[in-house]
Amino acid sequence: MSLSTVTPSEPKTWGLPYRIVVEPRLSVPRWLSPAVSVGAVILALLLGGVVIQLAGGNPIESYIHIFKAAFGDVGVFSDTLVKATPLILTGLACTLAFRMKLWNIGAEGQFFMGAWGASAVVLFPLLPANTPAILMIPAMILAGFLCGALWGLVPGFLKARLKVNEIITSLMMNYIATSWVLFWVFGAWSERGFQMSPTFPKSAWLPRLTDYAAQVKAFSGLTVHLGLVFGLVAAVVVWFIMNRSQWGYEIRLTGDNPKAAQYAGINIVRNTVLLMMLSGGLAGLAGMSEISGVVHRLQGSISPGYGFTGIIIAWLAKLNAFGVILAAILFGGLLLAGREIQPSGIPRMLQGIILFTVIASDVLLRYRIRIVKS
Amino acid sequence: MIDWIIVLQAGVASGTVLLFAAIGEILAERSGVMNLGVEGMMLIGAMTAYKTVAMGGNPWVGVVYAMLFSGALSLLHAVVTINFQADQVVSGLAINFVGVGLSTVLGEGLSKAGTVSLLPSFSVPVLSVLPLIGPVFFTNQHVLVYVGYILTPLAWFFINRTRPGLHLRAVGEYPAAADALGINVQGLRYLYVLVGGLMAGLAGATISLAVSPGWFSELTTAGQGWIAIGLVIFAQWDPWRAALGGYAFGAIRRLILDLQGPQVLYGFVNPFYATPMLGFFLQMLPYALTIVVLVLVSREAMRKRLGAPAALGTPYIRGQRGI
Repeated sequence: MSLSTVTPSEPKTWGLPYRIVVEPRLSVPRWLSPAVSVGAVILALLLGGVVIQLAGGNPIESYIHIFKAAFGDVGVFSDTLVKATPLILTGLACTLAFRMKLWNIGAEGQFFMGAWGASAVVLFPLLPANTPAILMIPAMILAGFLCGALWGLVPGFLKARLKVNEIITSLMMNYIATSWVLFWVFGAWSERGFQMSPTFPKSAWLPRLTDYAAQVKAFSGLTVHLGLVFGLVAAVVVWFIMNRSQWGYEIRLTGDNPKAAQYAGINIVRNTVLLMMLSGGLAGLAGMSEISGVVHRLQGSISPGYGFTGIIIAWLAKLNAFGVILAAILFGGLLLAGREIQPSGIPRMLQGIILFTVIASDVLLRYRIRIVKS
Repeated sequence: MIDWIIVLQAGVASGTVLLFAAIGEILAERSGVMNLGVEGMMLIGAMTAYKTVAMGGNPWVGVVYAMLFSGALSLLHAVVTINFQADQVVSGLAINFVGVGLSTVLGEGLSKAGTVSLLPSFSVPVLSVLPLIGPVFFTNQHVLVYVGYILTPLAWFFINRTRPGLHLRAVGEYPAAADALGINVQGLRYLYVLVGGLMAGLAGATISLAVSPGWFSELTTAGQGWIAIGLVIFAQWDPWRAALGGYAFGAIRRLILDLQGPQVLYGFVNPFYATPMLGFFLQMLPYALTIVVLVLVSREAMRKRLGAPAALGTPYIRGQRGI
């Protein structure tokens, strides 16, 4: 089947009374795009099921287990939201950059640097241990954001000034970031030789719902922390920047048609650097939120690939800031439940298959495929 | 002390991995299709090859299966980018995720496989006695390393001096003109994306069956697929430069290991021995170096007006404006 023709394809009947007609769409109905995304996810789950079956597992049991373990009751749904929190932020980070066709695939490294920056406030210490939370938390947010932004600045600057491929540089920065974190965790910040830092003081913890169980009984055991609010606020801000600000318009125009943007006098060099910094900063904020809201210490294993999953989430959400929230919750559930699924690579593989079906199904938005009687 | 001969010898061996992956990617990109899934395809190759051998198969059969499996994965990329005109960057990333995930799922428990039969290594009779060149290139190297020596000039000759090579370049530089001359643009792109996938599988098998035998899930490749893509840019899509860069990177990888061993280096206290923590900076080196090399090469490319194949990254749609 070739879709390379602009005119309706020549009839292929193969002796059947029906033929397939492929023609470009002139307009896309509003409902089609979300419908295709949902269809793509369902198709991906079916394909993943085939692989699970081949690998010796039971796909139906696996999926029922994933659903129950991620969305079964309020408690586990709260855990799903905890997993979704960094994903919302890394998903937004990727959404921003991708909108200008800047391929920031360094969100993972920016996440680690954000976690490192937030930890530095506590562990260097930049602020004394008895600093009240009202000062400590904002300082950690700032440090995490700045460190992530710095990690985005390097590929952004090299791309803008020297036209160095940002895909490779941002990815290489990931490896550098993880080694950098390990250097501190194994060395200066190690707790009694273990490969982790000491636990942060309570003032460096993001408040969780369960911390208010004394006031509201229903909150008991709920681990959702303030980072979720960061994610939701960030989604609103990103939506506003992209859809209601002049800067967002410049970014979208540059992404869709760089030549036109250049003729219109848009400062692409400046926008590239700033956008990569903002994108890196959001991923850094994700690292800060995870370290301060969940892990409460710095260690090597703080991310099951949050930065990489952000790429898939951004794409599944069709680069829509609010869609990112929904996609992040879906993937958060997958991550949460996936920990107990054997073999252990299944969540990663499902993520890959989902991204694949999502981009492959895009063809349905650009072409109408009909079966007609010949 | 550091034995530089061993560093270079091991560099050539592990550089062969980068060489295979980079030459495959050069061929695919010369046809106008970028495949960022090299890392994932290499993992699939490494896992398949090792699994085949762990289950009692012949190592050569393992190599063939590795190439076929990652070749199949690259065909997915071909369908989505060539037929469905999806973005090549995103599709490549998807290939990568699928490769990483699938190899982890199918490679479950493989790290405990124990000793398996590996690809043979041997010395070349006359050449191995040559000074410097002999011990570095022709002594006790894996058979696939020798394949690399043959492949590099062959790929260069094919691209630059043969008719199919001319067609390949035409399809990547100016597909509309190639199409007008009756060259099958879509068909050739399919072919070279597949070749890239086969080569990535070979690169993976080279790791798991020769250079550093075993299956360590994602750590088997540890980003070498991405370095190979960086190498393609460094090489300016030329196989000779890819080979040179591959061997150099291989030598650096080996040097990093050797630097951490000795207590005293050339009369100085070895800082990496005294403070093992500094080893983490050594581990950053290949990745940082990739960035530095890309910066240097971008300046060179700007000066000499070199660059990627003109149609790289753009789907070819007959009758539509553009290149």
